[in-house]
Amino acid sequence: MTESGTVQVLIPTPLRQYTGGEARVSASGDTVAVVLEDLHARYPGIGDRIREDNGEIRRFVNVFVNGENVRKLQGAATPVKGGDEVGIIPAMAGGR
Amino acid sequence: MLASIAVVRAIGNTPLLRLGRFARDAGLPDTVDLWLKAEWANPGGSVKDRPALGIVRSALASGQLGEGKALIDSTSGNTGIAYAMLGAAIGFPVHLVVPGSASIERKQILAAYGATIVESDPYDGSDGAIRLVRELVAADPDRYWYADQYGHPANPAAHLATTGPEVWSQTEGRITHFVAGLGTTGTLMGTGRFLKGKNPSVQLVGVQPAESFHGIEGLKHLPTAITPPIYDDCVPDRQIGVDTDEAFDVARALARVEGLFVGPSTGAALVAAVEMGKEALTSSEPAVIVAIGCDNGSKYLSTGLWGTEG
Repeated sequence: MTESGTVQVLIPTPLRQYTGGEARVSASGDTVAVVLEDLHARYPGIGDRIREDNGEIRRFVNVFVNGENVRKLQGAATPVKGGDEVGIIPAMAGGR
Repeated sequence: MLASIAVVRAIGNTPLLRLGRFARDAGLPDTVDLWLKAEWANPGGSVKDRPALGIVRSALASGQLGEGKALIDSTSGNTGIAYAMLGAAIGFPVHLVVPGSASIERKQILAAYGATIVESDPYDGSDGAIRLVRELVAADPDRYWYADQYGHPANPAAHLATTGPEVWSQTEGRITHFVAGLGTTGTLMGTGRFLKGKNPSVQLVGVQPAESFHGIEGLKHLPTAITPPIYDDCVPDRQIGVDTDEAFDVARALARVEGLFVGPSTGAALVAAVEMGKEALTSSEPAVIVAIGCDNGSKYLSTGLWGTEG
């Protein structure tokens, strides 16, 4: 049973220092921006590695919602729903 | 046998380019000479042609490669391209473990040379690729020869034998600083040892991403990564950490002020080179700084690094 608005976030190796080594954690929100804010609240410091001060995703970071790069969707404003999978990968380019 | 192969003959002897306008824009005076070694001029398009050839040559000579064995290694791209090129030209199968996050351009280039690609978990980065290749080799040791670019002595040896002498003669022995990004660390280990042998006062500068979570493909944040067995921390005189955004900005600037379209790791090396130049300003000695330009920018187009956004 998936709680409404709870998504699974896939954490890359260099950010697992913030999640106690966990590769997959839960966070909630209805957009990528809110999910990242919640992630940052749960794991202090992690959000600063992913976002600029203005909340936009850093240009070398790719965020995926169910495998789709949010840059091709609505960026940080991309909507998410309960059960979605949000992936964070440092851009070794496109990552398709 | 190798000496008759066209791409083998084309490896090395790359140009050394003086960055006059870029250096002036960065605030460096005429007493600081800034040079970039154009490693993208190698036939496989990167500095990695040198260690890949050294590793392959050594494996062919010792008989480790041959009798249908496939060369296998983990690579974020450039070394894989070099192996794939050599495998096609010399005639041995090449299998590459590439992080699933590697750029689509790189996978397409590898496929063009006929290499077999195995993707490792994109969330585990290049260390995940290293672990996967070790598992594959352990499971089927008769099928594969593990080239192990991070641990093979032929990697730094190739730079000791070629990159070092080229830089020394191209600067007529005037080099004061050698700046190279650290990935396998082979470039700095080999070239650095050669240059120190010629002149112990040459400063060897290693360039790393400033943080573990970064976007400078090909470079490693050594404090948090698997340490390459060929790395000796006594070799670098200096370590400089470079921010991904700075590396991208300098790569973009170089295209626009020098007409040189380089990749992010070259941008990172130049950030460090400029920092060395600014330090040299405070002494009255002239500085001749050589940075390694690992590859050009074409394999990074899908990053948006040269997007039209600004």
